[in-house]
Amino acid sequence: MLYRTVGQFKTSYAADHALFPVRQDAWLLGVILVFAFVIFPFTASEFAFKALLIPVLIYSLAALGLNILTGYAGQLSLGTGAFMGVGAYACYKLISIFPELNPIAAIFLSGFFSAAIGVAFGLPSLRIKGFYLAIATLAAQFFLVWLFEKWAWLYNYNSSGAIQVPTVSSFGVPVFGPNALSIVQYYVVLCIVTVITIAAINITRGRIGRIWKAVRDMDIAAELVGINLMKAKLSAFAVSSYIVGVAGALFVFLWRGAAEPVVFDIPLSFRVLFIAIIGGLGSILGNFLGAILIVALPVLLGTVPAALGLPISSAMVEHLNTMIIGALIIMFLIVEPHGLARFWEIIREKLIMWPFPH
Amino acid sequence: MEFVNSVFVKPFQDMAGAPDFLLQVLWEGLVAGVLYALIALGFVLIYKSSRIFNFAQGIMVVFAALTLVTLYEKGVPALLALPLTLAVMFALAVAIERVVLRPLVNQPDIILFMATIGITMFLIGFGETVFGGENKAMITEALHIPTGSYTFEPFGGLVLIEQKDLTAVVGAVVLVCCLLLFLHRSRLGRAIRALGDDHQAALSVGISLSTIWVLVWFIAGVIALATGIVWGARAGVSFALEVIAYKALPVLMLGGLESVSGAIVGGIAIGVLEKLFEIYWGQPLLGGNTETWFAFVLALIVLLFRPQGLFGERIIERV
Repeated sequence: MLYRTVGQFKTSYAADHALFPVRQDAWLLGVILVFAFVIFPFTASEFAFKALLIPVLIYSLAALGLNILTGYAGQLSLGTGAFMGVGAYACYKLISIFPELNPIAAIFLSGFFSAAIGVAFGLPSLRIKGFYLAIATLAAQFFLVWLFEKWAWLYNYNSSGAIQVPTVSSFGVPVFGPNALSIVQYYVVLCIVTVITIAAINITRGRIGRIWKAVRDMDIAAELVGINLMKAKLSAFAVSSYIVGVAGALFVFLWRGAAEPVVFDIPLSFRVLFIAIIGGLGSILGNFLGAILIVALPVLLGTVPAALGLPISSAMVEHLNTMIIGALIIMFLIVEPHGLARFWEIIREKLIMWPFPH
Repeated sequence: MEFVNSVFVKPFQDMAGAPDFLLQVLWEGLVAGVLYALIALGFVLIYKSSRIFNFAQGIMVVFAALTLVTLYEKGVPALLALPLTLAVMFALAVAIERVVLRPLVNQPDIILFMATIGITMFLIGFGETVFGGENKAMITEALHIPTGSYTFEPFGGLVLIEQKDLTAVVGAVVLVCCLLLFLHRSRLGRAIRALGDDHQAALSVGISLSTIWVLVWFIAGVIALATGIVWGARAGVSFALEVIAYKALPVLMLGGLESVSGAIVGGIAIGVLEKLFEIYWGQPLLGGNTETWFAFVLALIVLLFRPQGLFGERIIERV
């Protein structure tokens, strides 16, 4: 009923492929953005910012980066965590070498470093395919994390071996570090995620996105119709690693406040991969749905049983969380391999058809 | 010049200078390599028969070893705990086939791969809930694994060979021989290989897909138990053991995903080379702990020249 499309005529090919072919989609997005930009910041508690809102946005961004590589260009990567690390360490070095640099500019710049590293480790994809490539990306994962640990220049030779976020201000307002307010950090993260998501939507539905999809579906066929495989694959690695690197910088500088190399180890890569799978490979919306699920699940497990009078220990919460995520992945792959995003598609179609079954 | 010397000359001088130490390093590498080969073998078996890249092999090693140790701690005699653990691994194989694999028949490879990651996560959470997260000692004495050591004195030096490592190597060789005999001489083994060649052709001559899958996952479980026992005897049993599964991945890349002999050669090569690199190049020049990535980088370099691994089947692509 709400999704009645009667009277919305498309008179040109371009209109048919517009960003919002159905007007209600635009309204719905508008409502979500109002919630994100106005209602959440003024109602959320400190805990909600730190445990839900900020991590959901950051994980969504990381999953978006991975999804461009795996979901759109078809190159499976298990090295996301390490590329996030490259972004975080690049940002750390940038603000320690150029203390005058605006922190938001530093975050956007740090993405270019991870993009460069991503392209370097993406080069084997020109010869190696499928599972072999997935294992090759693990080389990046293990090598880079080792490098973060051993190359003392990266963490300014401090004794702990970890990076500590200093207080850095943008136009007089602290953005990084312990003095920054959560609401400021939330707005910074939200704006960056919004800008990059809009860019990603437009890249993936444009010419480059179509080239990636052709390569994903069958790379030899794509080559035969004149697509330059090297450009297509390396551009996917570059764009993906850029977004993942920015997500990594946000992860450390606007959320965790400090990071040891082990933070970027393989469990982080897997968490991002799970968000992308559960959300839906080859979908932008899915990353956000998947991140909400994965971030909210441990919080729910930690609070709901306690509220119901069933106190479970925090170790138990973690074990149950791992177990449920495993079961959820299997369930999603069996029931709906296209993830949560596909569920939304189905609901939307039903709403448009309603009250008719077909 | 200093640099060239420290990379290309000094390590070899060190090797020649202390041949007994070199022998010791080679032996340690060989033992580690045999264990990598065992895990890789579990991967290869499942990949050959079902084209599933089984990421859960590492956690199956931990799961089997923990089941065995926990049963023993609960008072079950060791020689009874062993068959009971095998029964648990069989039940696990049946459950995985029934719940996960059967609904996913004919899905793309990547979906099945992700499903095995899901199995891994589930087993980690389940295992930690049931067994607890702490490190346990493997029951070496109760299983009558000798724990002494032999010493040799070649070149006037000293080489120490632990009996449990020797047992591990001998056990692995016996296991691999049995497996190869089973795959090549028995009816069921032939069925497994037939399924690996062509699913539809195998089905059309009456080979049951679900039976073979259960069987293959059970064999992978047996290999996992063997690996868990020998590795647990060296380093204790805990979920940290799962990381050794990642070590089997470069072995697979090096040897080729379909090749049993590739898994063995690749495993031993990687075990020995990463030990040599760590001792003679990694620790003096790079600050140590290079074992975490050396195998991957080596495999990556080999793959750039042979994309299907050293022994893999030639990749032929058609449009």
